[in-house]
Amino acid sequence: MVASRGNNTNPARIPALGLRVIALILLSIIVMYFDHRENHLDVIRRTVGAAVYPIQLAVDAPVRLWGWLGQSTTSRNDLELELGRLKAERLLTNARLQRLTALEAENARLRSLLEARDRVRDEVRVAEILAVDANPYEHNLIIGIGSRDGVYNGQAIVDADGVVGQVIETGVMTAQAVLISDADHALPVEVNRNGLRTIAVGTGEIDRLDLPFLPNNADIRAGDLLVTSGLGGAFPAGYPVAVVNAVTRIPHEPFADVTATPAAALDQVREVMLIWSQPQETAEDDE
Amino acid sequence: MSPERSSRRLPVIITFVVGLMLAIMPLPDYLQAFLPDWLALLVIFWAMQLPRTWSVGSAWIIGIVLDVSYGTLLGQHALALCLIAFVTVRFHLLMRVFPLSQLSFTVFALLALYQFVLFWINGVAGISAPSVTYWGPVIVGTLVWPFAYMFLSGVRYRSRSRA
Repeated sequence: MVASRGNNTNPARIPALGLRVIALILLSIIVMYFDHRENHLDVIRRTVGAAVYPIQLAVDAPVRLWGWLGQSTTSRNDLELELGRLKAERLLTNARLQRLTALEAENARLRSLLEARDRVRDEVRVAEILAVDANPYEHNLIIGIGSRDGVYNGQAIVDADGVVGQVIETGVMTAQAVLISDADHALPVEVNRNGLRTIAVGTGEIDRLDLPFLPNNADIRAGDLLVTSGLGGAFPAGYPVAVVNAVTRIPHEPFADVTATPAAALDQVREVMLIWSQPQETAEDDE
Repeated sequence: MSPERSSRRLPVIITFVVGLMLAIMPLPDYLQAFLPDWLALLVIFWAMQLPRTWSVGSAWIIGIVLDVSYGTLLGQHALALCLIAFVTVRFHLLMRVFPLSQLSFTVFALLALYQFVLFWINGVAGISAPSVTYWGPVIVGTLVWPFAYMFLSGVRYRSRSRA
Protein backbone atom coordinates (compact mmCIF):
# COMPACT_ATOMS: atom_id res chain seq x y z
CA MET A 1 0.00 0.00 0.00
CA VAL A 2 2.79 2.38 0.91
CA ALA A 3 4.55 1.67 -2.35
CA SER A 4 1.42 2.25 -4.38
CA ARG A 5 0.71 5.60 -2.80
CA GLY A 6 3.36 7.11 -5.01
CA ASN A 7 1.35 5.98 -8.04
CA ASN A 8 -1.72 8.00 -7.12
CA THR A 9 -1.15 10.38 -9.97
CA ASN A 10 -0.89 7.51 -12.43
CA PRO A 11 -4.13 7.41 -14.44
CA ALA A 12 -3.75 3.68 -15.08
CA ARG A 13 -3.72 2.73 -11.40
CA ILE A 14 -6.53 0.37 -10.51
CA PRO A 15 -8.03 1.35 -7.14
CA ALA A 16 -7.45 -1.02 -4.20
CA LEU A 17 -6.12 -3.80 -6.40
CA GLY A 18 -3.81 -5.16 -3.73
CA LEU A 19 -6.56 -5.21 -1.11
CA ARG A 20 -8.97 -6.92 -3.45
CA VAL A 21 -6.53 -9.61 -4.44
CA ILE A 22 -5.61 -10.35 -0.82
CA ALA A 23 -9.29 -10.57 0.12
CA LEU A 24 -10.01 -12.93 -2.77
CA ILE A 25 -7.02 -15.13 -1.97
CA LEU A 26 -8.15 -15.40 1.64
CA LEU A 27 -11.67 -16.19 0.43
CA SER A 28 -10.27 -18.90 -1.88
CA ILE A 29 -8.33 -20.46 0.96
CA ILE A 30 -11.38 -20.45 3.24
CA VAL A 31 -13.57 -21.93 0.52
CA MET A 32 -10.95 -24.60 -0.26
CA TYR A 33 -10.59 -25.45 3.42
CA PHE A 34 -14.31 -25.98 3.86
CA ASP A 35 -14.62 -27.84 0.58
CA HIS A 36 -11.77 -30.17 1.49
CA ARG A 37 -12.62 -30.80 5.12
CA GLU A 38 -16.38 -30.93 5.06
CA ASN A 39 -18.94 -30.94 2.34
CA HIS A 40 -20.82 -27.80 3.35
CA LEU A 41 -20.36 -26.28 -0.09
CA ASP A 42 -22.46 -28.76 -2.04
CA VAL A 43 -25.07 -26.03 -2.44
CA ILE A 44 -22.61 -23.78 -4.29
CA ARG A 45 -21.46 -26.66 -6.47
CA ARG A 46 -25.04 -27.55 -7.31
CA THR A 47 -26.09 -23.99 -8.14
CA VAL A 48 -23.06 -23.19 -10.27
CA GLY A 49 -23.29 -26.68 -11.76
CA ALA A 50 -26.87 -26.07 -12.84
CA ALA A 51 -25.77 -22.82 -14.49
CA VAL A 52 -22.97 -24.58 -16.36
CA TYR A 53 -25.18 -27.51 -17.38
CA PRO A 54 -26.41 -25.91 -20.67
CA ILE A 55 -22.78 -25.30 -21.66
CA GLN A 56 -21.95 -28.92 -20.97
CA LEU A 57 -24.90 -29.97 -23.10
CA ALA A 58 -23.78 -27.65 -25.89
CA VAL A 59 -20.27 -29.08 -25.78
CA ASP A 60 -21.66 -32.57 -25.94
CA ALA A 61 -24.06 -31.71 -28.79
CA PRO A 62 -21.56 -32.07 -31.69
CA VAL A 63 -20.58 -35.53 -30.45
CA ARG A 64 -24.24 -36.50 -30.28
CA LEU A 65 -24.99 -34.92 -33.64
CA TRP A 66 -22.13 -36.86 -35.18
CA GLY A 67 -23.43 -40.10 -33.74
CA TRP A 68 -26.92 -39.27 -34.94
CA LEU A 69 -25.71 -38.42 -38.47
CA GLY A 70 -23.76 -41.65 -38.66
CA GLN A 71 -26.83 -43.63 -37.67
CA SER A 72 -29.30 -41.91 -39.94
CA THR A 73 -27.14 -42.25 -43.02
CA THR A 74 -26.47 -45.93 -42.58
CA SER A 75 -29.91 -47.12 -41.61
CA ARG A 76 -33.53 -46.18 -41.79
CA ASN A 77 -35.41 -44.66 -38.93
CA ASP A 78 -37.07 -47.80 -37.62
CA LEU A 79 -33.88 -49.82 -37.87
CA GLU A 80 -32.16 -47.15 -35.85
CA LEU A 81 -34.78 -47.28 -33.11
CA GLU A 82 -34.54 -51.03 -33.02
CA LEU A 83 -30.77 -50.86 -32.81
CA GLY A 84 -30.86 -48.42 -29.92
CA ARG A 85 -33.32 -50.59 -28.06
CA LEU A 86 -31.30 -53.74 -28.66
CA LYS A 87 -28.09 -52.06 -27.54
CA ALA A 88 -29.66 -50.91 -24.29
CA GLU A 89 -31.10 -54.37 -23.78
CA ARG A 90 -27.77 -56.04 -24.43
CA LEU A 91 -26.10 -53.73 -21.94
CA LEU A 92 -28.59 -54.68 -19.25
CA THR A 93 -28.36 -58.38 -20.06
CA ASN A 94 -24.57 -58.30 -20.05
CA ALA A 95 -24.61 -56.66 -16.66
CA ARG A 96 -26.68 -59.50 -15.28
CA LEU A 97 -24.55 -62.08 -17.08
CA GLN A 98 -21.31 -60.72 -15.74
CA ARG A 99 -22.31 -61.74 -12.26
CA LEU A 100 -22.67 -65.32 -13.37
CA THR A 101 -19.03 -66.30 -12.81
CA ALA A 102 -19.09 -64.75 -9.37
CA LEU A 103 -22.41 -66.42 -8.61
CA GLU A 104 -21.08 -69.82 -9.61
CA ALA A 105 -18.14 -69.55 -7.28
CA GLU A 106 -20.34 -68.31 -4.51
CA ASN A 107 -22.87 -71.04 -5.11
CA ALA A 108 -20.20 -73.68 -4.67
CA ARG A 109 -19.18 -72.13 -1.37
CA LEU A 110 -22.71 -71.84 -0.12
CA ARG A 111 -23.95 -75.24 -1.23
CA SER A 112 -22.85 -76.85 2.00
CA LEU A 113 -24.70 -74.27 4.01
CA LEU A 114 -28.38 -75.01 3.84
CA GLU A 115 -29.50 -71.58 4.85
CA ALA A 116 -28.26 -69.94 1.67
CA ARG A 117 -30.24 -66.77 1.31
CA ASP A 118 -31.60 -65.52 -2.00
CA ARG A 119 -29.49 -62.80 -3.46
CA VAL A 120 -31.03 -59.40 -3.65
CA ARG A 121 -31.34 -58.32 -7.24
CA ASP A 122 -29.95 -54.86 -7.83
CA GLU A 123 -31.83 -52.09 -9.58
CA VAL A 124 -29.87 -50.61 -12.49
CA ARG A 125 -30.33 -47.65 -14.73
CA VAL A 126 -28.43 -46.60 -17.86
CA ALA A 127 -26.88 -43.13 -17.89
CA GLU A 128 -25.03 -41.28 -20.60
CA ILE A 129 -21.58 -39.80 -20.11
CA LEU A 130 -21.73 -36.05 -20.74
CA ALA A 131 -18.12 -35.11 -20.23
CA VAL A 132 -14.84 -36.38 -18.94
CA ASP A 133 -12.50 -34.44 -16.72
CA ALA A 134 -10.04 -32.33 -18.65
CA ASN A 135 -7.36 -32.93 -16.05
CA PRO A 136 -5.51 -36.05 -17.20
CA TYR A 137 -4.55 -36.99 -13.66
CA GLU A 138 -8.03 -37.04 -12.24
CA HIS A 139 -10.16 -39.72 -13.77
CA ASN A 140 -13.59 -38.20 -13.42
CA LEU A 141 -16.75 -38.41 -15.50
CA ILE A 142 -19.92 -36.37 -15.61
CA ILE A 143 -23.05 -38.41 -16.24
CA GLY A 144 -26.44 -37.26 -17.41
CA ILE A 145 -28.63 -38.16 -14.44
CA GLY A 146 -28.60 -36.60 -11.02
CA SER A 147 -30.35 -36.35 -7.70
CA ARG A 148 -33.65 -35.83 -9.53
CA ASP A 149 -33.42 -39.48 -10.59
CA GLY A 150 -32.37 -40.69 -7.18
CA VAL A 151 -28.60 -40.74 -7.69
CA TYR A 152 -26.71 -40.55 -4.42
CA ASN A 153 -23.08 -40.00 -3.44
CA GLY A 154 -21.06 -43.19 -3.33
CA GLN A 155 -23.31 -44.99 -5.77
CA ALA A 156 -21.63 -47.73 -7.81
CA ILE A 157 -21.27 -47.41 -11.59
CA VAL A 158 -20.65 -50.36 -13.92
CA ASP A 159 -20.55 -50.93 -17.65
CA ALA A 160 -21.18 -54.10 -19.61
CA ASP A 161 -17.83 -55.62 -18.59
CA GLY A 162 -17.21 -54.54 -15.03
CA VAL A 163 -17.01 -51.83 -12.41
CA VAL A 164 -16.36 -48.32 -13.76
CA GLY A 165 -16.37 -46.15 -10.66
CA GLN A 166 -18.60 -44.42 -8.17
CA VAL A 167 -20.53 -41.17 -7.82
CA ILE A 168 -18.78 -38.44 -5.82
CA GLU A 169 -20.88 -35.34 -6.47
CA THR A 170 -24.57 -35.25 -7.16
CA GLY A 171 -26.08 -32.32 -9.05
CA VAL A 172 -29.74 -31.92 -9.89
CA MET A 173 -29.50 -33.25 -13.45
CA THR A 174 -25.89 -34.40 -13.60
CA ALA A 175 -23.56 -36.27 -11.31
CA GLN A 176 -19.83 -36.53 -11.12
CA ALA A 177 -18.14 -39.87 -10.80
CA VAL A 178 -14.61 -40.99 -10.07
CA LEU A 179 -13.17 -43.90 -12.05
CA ILE A 180 -11.56 -46.87 -10.30
CA SER A 181 -8.30 -45.94 -12.07
CA ASP A 182 -8.13 -42.55 -10.33
CA ALA A 183 -5.03 -42.35 -8.17
CA ASP A 184 -7.17 -41.49 -5.15
CA HIS A 185 -9.57 -44.36 -5.52
CA ALA A 186 -9.38 -47.65 -3.65
CA LEU A 187 -11.83 -50.50 -3.89
CA PRO A 188 -12.24 -53.63 -1.74
CA VAL A 189 -12.03 -56.69 -4.01
CA GLU A 190 -11.65 -60.43 -3.70
CA VAL A 191 -10.03 -63.01 -5.94
CA ASN A 192 -12.88 -64.87 -7.54
CA ARG A 193 -10.96 -68.18 -7.53
CA ASN A 194 -10.35 -68.43 -3.81
CA GLY A 195 -12.02 -65.48 -2.10
CA LEU A 196 -8.73 -63.82 -1.09
CA ARG A 197 -9.62 -60.29 0.00
CA THR A 198 -7.55 -57.22 -0.77
CA ILE A 199 -7.76 -53.61 -1.94
CA ALA A 200 -7.41 -52.49 -5.57
CA VAL A 201 -5.93 -48.99 -5.76
CA GLY A 202 -6.07 -46.75 -8.82
CA THR A 203 -2.76 -45.66 -10.30
CA GLY A 204 -3.74 -42.66 -12.41
CA GLU A 205 -3.20 -44.79 -15.51
CA ILE A 206 -6.44 -45.73 -17.21
CA ASP A 207 -5.45 -49.37 -17.84
CA ARG A 208 -3.76 -50.33 -14.58
CA LEU A 209 -4.75 -50.98 -10.98
CA ASP A 210 -2.36 -51.82 -8.14
CA LEU A 211 -2.89 -54.38 -5.40
CA PRO A 212 -0.32 -53.07 -2.93
CA PHE A 213 -1.32 -54.98 0.19
CA LEU A 214 -0.77 -58.60 -0.78
CA PRO A 215 1.98 -60.48 1.09
CA ASN A 216 4.60 -62.38 -0.90
CA ASN A 217 3.00 -65.73 -0.10
CA ALA A 218 -0.52 -64.72 -1.13
CA ASP A 219 -2.28 -67.18 -3.41
CA ILE A 220 -2.71 -64.99 -6.47
CA ARG A 221 -1.50 -65.43 -10.03
CA ALA A 222 -1.77 -63.76 -13.42
CA GLY A 223 -5.18 -64.29 -14.99
CA ASP A 224 -7.12 -64.26 -11.71
CA LEU A 225 -10.42 -62.42 -11.88
CA LEU A 226 -10.97 -59.82 -9.18
CA VAL A 227 -14.57 -59.13 -8.19
CA THR A 228 -16.03 -56.60 -5.77
CA SER A 229 -16.21 -58.04 -2.28
CA GLY A 230 -18.96 -55.70 -1.13
CA LEU A 231 -17.10 -55.11 2.13
CA GLY A 232 -16.60 -51.37 1.65
CA GLY A 233 -20.35 -50.90 1.59
CA ALA A 234 -20.35 -48.75 -1.54
CA PHE A 235 -20.24 -51.49 -4.15
CA PRO A 236 -22.53 -54.51 -4.26
CA ALA A 237 -20.58 -57.77 -4.17
CA GLY A 238 -19.73 -59.89 -7.18
CA TYR A 239 -19.13 -57.44 -10.01
CA PRO A 240 -15.93 -58.04 -12.01
CA VAL A 241 -13.31 -55.36 -11.41
CA ALA A 242 -10.07 -56.40 -13.07
CA VAL A 243 -7.91 -59.27 -14.24
CA VAL A 244 -4.51 -59.75 -12.63
CA ASN A 245 -1.83 -59.38 -15.28
CA ALA A 246 1.43 -59.60 -13.37
CA VAL A 247 2.54 -60.82 -9.96
CA THR A 248 6.12 -59.99 -9.00
CA ARG A 249 7.29 -61.46 -5.72
CA ILE A 250 10.27 -59.57 -4.40
CA PRO A 251 12.25 -61.35 -1.66
CA HIS A 252 13.05 -59.12 1.37
CA GLU A 253 9.99 -56.99 0.62
CA PRO A 254 6.89 -57.49 2.77
CA PHE A 255 4.41 -57.12 -0.08
CA ALA A 256 4.27 -58.56 -3.57
CA ASP A 257 3.99 -56.24 -6.55
CA VAL A 258 0.66 -57.08 -8.19
CA THR A 259 -0.92 -55.17 -11.07
CA ALA A 260 -4.26 -55.75 -12.74
CA THR A 261 -6.10 -54.54 -15.84
CA PRO A 262 -9.62 -53.15 -15.31
CA ALA A 263 -12.33 -55.31 -16.83
CA ALA A 264 -14.42 -52.31 -17.91
CA ALA A 265 -13.29 -50.29 -20.92
CA LEU A 266 -12.78 -47.19 -18.80
CA ASP A 267 -11.82 -44.86 -21.63
CA GLN A 268 -14.23 -46.17 -24.24
CA VAL A 269 -17.65 -46.19 -22.66
CA ARG A 270 -20.40 -43.78 -23.70
CA GLU A 271 -23.07 -45.26 -21.48
CA VAL A 272 -22.74 -46.58 -17.97
CA MET A 273 -25.10 -48.18 -15.50
CA LEU A 274 -25.83 -46.96 -12.02
CA ILE A 275 -26.72 -49.57 -9.42
CA TRP A 276 -29.21 -49.10 -6.67
CA SER A 277 -28.24 -51.95 -4.41
CA GLN A 278 -30.42 -52.92 -1.53
CA PRO A 279 -28.24 -53.40 1.52
CA GLN A 280 -28.21 -56.91 2.93
CA GLU A 281 -29.16 -55.67 6.41
CA THR A 282 -32.56 -54.33 5.41
CA ALA A 283 -33.35 -57.60 3.67
CA GLU A 284 -32.62 -59.41 6.91
CA ASP A 285 -34.68 -56.97 8.93
CA ASP A 286 -37.65 -57.63 6.71
CA GLU A 287 -37.55 -61.34 7.38
CA MET B 1 -24.40 0.23 -15.31
CA SER B 2 -25.17 2.15 -18.47
CA PRO B 3 -26.46 0.11 -21.42
CA GLU B 4 -23.51 1.25 -23.50
CA ARG B 5 -21.03 -0.32 -21.11
CA SER B 6 -22.91 -3.58 -20.71
CA SER B 7 -23.07 -3.97 -24.49
CA ARG B 8 -19.30 -3.70 -24.55
CA ARG B 9 -19.08 -6.50 -22.00
CA LEU B 10 -21.09 -8.96 -24.02
CA PRO B 11 -18.34 -9.90 -26.54
CA VAL B 12 -15.96 -10.54 -23.64
CA ILE B 13 -18.50 -12.74 -21.89
CA ILE B 14 -19.00 -14.67 -25.12
CA THR B 15 -15.25 -15.31 -25.41
CA PHE B 16 -15.28 -16.63 -21.84
CA VAL B 17 -18.22 -18.94 -22.54
CA VAL B 18 -16.49 -20.26 -25.67
CA GLY B 19 -13.28 -20.68 -23.64
CA LEU B 20 -15.18 -22.67 -21.02
CA MET B 21 -16.67 -24.86 -23.75
CA LEU B 22 -13.19 -25.53 -25.15
CA ALA B 23 -11.94 -26.26 -21.66
CA ILE B 24 -14.58 -28.90 -20.85
CA MET B 25 -14.66 -30.46 -24.32
CA PRO B 26 -14.38 -34.24 -24.00
CA LEU B 27 -11.19 -35.38 -25.73
CA PRO B 28 -8.97 -38.45 -25.58
CA ASP B 29 -6.54 -38.56 -22.67
CA TYR B 30 -3.35 -38.15 -24.66
CA LEU B 31 -4.65 -34.91 -26.22
CA GLN B 32 -5.85 -33.48 -22.95
CA ALA B 33 -2.34 -33.27 -21.50
CA PHE B 34 -1.49 -30.85 -24.31
CA LEU B 35 -4.49 -28.56 -24.27
CA PRO B 36 -3.70 -24.95 -23.35
CA ASP B 37 -5.55 -23.39 -20.42
CA TRP B 38 -7.92 -21.37 -22.56
CA LEU B 39 -9.46 -19.49 -19.68
CA ALA B 40 -6.07 -18.49 -18.29
CA LEU B 41 -5.15 -17.05 -21.69
CA LEU B 42 -8.47 -15.18 -21.83
CA VAL B 43 -8.03 -13.79 -18.33
CA ILE B 44 -4.52 -12.58 -19.20
CA PHE B 45 -5.71 -10.91 -22.40
CA TRP B 46 -8.74 -9.14 -20.98
CA ALA B 47 -6.98 -8.11 -17.76
CA MET B 48 -4.27 -6.61 -19.92
CA GLN B 49 -6.65 -4.77 -22.29
CA LEU B 50 -9.54 -3.77 -20.03
CA PRO B 51 -8.08 -3.92 -16.51
CA ARG B 52 -10.85 -1.79 -15.01
CA THR B 53 -13.67 -4.13 -16.02
CA TRP B 54 -11.90 -7.50 -16.06
CA SER B 55 -9.73 -7.74 -13.04
CA VAL B 56 -9.21 -10.06 -10.09
CA GLY B 57 -12.91 -10.30 -9.14
CA SER B 58 -14.11 -11.60 -12.49
CA ALA B 59 -11.09 -13.91 -12.69
CA TRP B 60 -12.12 -15.35 -9.32
CA ILE B 61 -15.71 -15.98 -10.42
CA ILE B 62 -14.51 -17.65 -13.64
CA GLY B 63 -12.20 -19.78 -11.51
CA ILE B 64 -15.12 -20.93 -9.34
CA VAL B 65 -17.10 -21.88 -12.46
CA LEU B 66 -14.04 -23.77 -13.72
CA ASP B 67 -13.68 -25.56 -10.37
CA VAL B 68 -17.28 -26.69 -10.52
CA SER B 69 -17.05 -27.92 -14.11
CA TYR B 70 -13.74 -29.70 -13.53
CA GLY B 71 -14.85 -31.02 -10.17
CA THR B 72 -11.65 -29.79 -8.54
CA LEU B 73 -11.30 -28.32 -5.07
CA LEU B 74 -13.63 -25.33 -4.90
CA GLY B 75 -11.41 -22.23 -5.00
CA GLN B 76 -8.34 -23.88 -6.53
CA HIS B 77 -8.65 -22.49 -10.06
CA ALA B 78 -10.21 -19.35 -8.58
CA LEU B 79 -7.09 -18.65 -6.57
CA ALA B 80 -4.75 -19.38 -9.48
CA LEU B 81 -6.69 -17.26 -11.98
CA CYS B 82 -7.03 -14.47 -9.44
CA LEU B 83 -3.25 -14.42 -8.96
CA ILE B 84 -2.38 -14.24 -12.65
CA ALA B 85 -5.06 -11.57 -13.15
CA PHE B 86 -3.45 -9.59 -10.34
CA VAL B 87 0.01 -9.78 -11.89
CA THR B 88 -1.38 -8.90 -15.31
CA VAL B 89 -3.39 -5.91 -14.08
CA ARG B 90 -0.44 -4.69 -12.03
CA PHE B 91 1.82 -4.68 -15.09
CA HIS B 92 -0.73 -4.16 -17.85
CA LEU B 93 0.82 -0.92 -19.12
CA LEU B 94 4.19 -2.56 -19.35
CA MET B 95 2.79 -5.64 -21.06
CA ARG B 96 0.94 -3.56 -23.64
CA VAL B 97 4.18 -2.09 -24.94
CA PHE B 98 6.13 -5.36 -24.84
CA PRO B 99 7.20 -6.72 -28.23
CA LEU B 100 5.68 -10.09 -29.09
CA SER B 101 8.71 -12.14 -28.00
CA GLN B 102 8.83 -10.51 -24.58
CA LEU B 103 5.08 -10.72 -24.16
CA SER B 104 5.16 -14.42 -25.02
CA PHE B 105 7.79 -14.97 -22.39
CA THR B 106 5.65 -13.12 -19.84
CA VAL B 107 2.66 -15.26 -20.77
CA PHE B 108 4.83 -18.34 -20.36
CA ALA B 109 5.78 -17.21 -16.87
CA LEU B 110 2.15 -16.45 -15.98
CA LEU B 111 0.94 -19.84 -17.23
CA ALA B 112 3.73 -21.53 -15.32
CA LEU B 113 2.68 -19.64 -12.20
CA TYR B 114 -0.91 -20.74 -12.81
CA GLN B 115 0.08 -24.40 -13.12
CA PHE B 116 2.38 -24.13 -10.14
CA VAL B 117 -0.40 -22.75 -7.94
CA LEU B 118 -2.75 -25.55 -9.03
CA PHE B 119 -0.04 -28.14 -8.43
CA TRP B 120 0.89 -26.67 -5.11
CA ILE B 121 -2.70 -26.63 -3.86
CA ASN B 122 -3.04 -30.29 -4.91
CA GLY B 123 0.07 -31.02 -2.91
CA VAL B 124 -1.09 -29.19 0.22
CA ALA B 125 -4.54 -30.77 0.07
CA GLY B 126 -2.98 -34.21 -0.46
CA ILE B 127 -4.55 -34.78 -3.86
CA SER B 128 -2.09 -36.97 -5.74
CA ALA B 129 -1.18 -36.05 -9.29
CA PRO B 130 2.08 -36.70 -11.15
CA SER B 131 3.86 -33.55 -12.26
CA VAL B 132 5.72 -34.28 -15.48
CA THR B 133 3.32 -33.19 -18.22
CA TYR B 134 2.05 -30.25 -16.24
CA TRP B 135 4.39 -28.45 -18.62
CA GLY B 136 2.33 -29.49 -21.64
CA PRO B 137 -0.43 -26.86 -21.19
CA VAL B 138 2.12 -24.16 -20.35
CA ILE B 139 4.18 -24.68 -23.50
CA VAL B 140 1.21 -25.18 -25.81
CA GLY B 141 -0.49 -22.16 -24.21
CA THR B 142 2.55 -19.99 -24.96
CA LEU B 143 2.62 -21.21 -28.55
CA VAL B 144 -1.09 -20.53 -28.98
CA TRP B 145 -0.85 -17.08 -27.37
CA PRO B 146 0.08 -15.01 -30.50
CA PHE B 147 -2.90 -16.42 -32.41
CA ALA B 148 -5.24 -15.97 -29.46
CA TYR B 149 -3.93 -12.43 -29.10
CA MET B 150 -4.62 -11.56 -32.73
CA PHE B 151 -8.06 -13.12 -32.63
CA LEU B 152 -9.06 -11.44 -29.37
CA SER B 153 -7.75 -8.06 -30.55
CA GLY B 154 -10.02 -8.50 -33.56
CA VAL B 155 -12.94 -9.22 -31.25
CA ARG B 156 -12.09 -6.21 -29.13
CA TYR B 157 -11.79 -3.60 -31.88
CA ARG B 158 -14.70 -4.90 -33.90
CA SER B 159 -17.02 -4.71 -30.90
CA ARG B 160 -15.75 -1.24 -30.06
CA SER B 161 -16.28 0.15 -33.55
CA ARG B 162 -19.81 -1.25 -33.64
CA ALA B 163 -20.62 0.44 -30.33
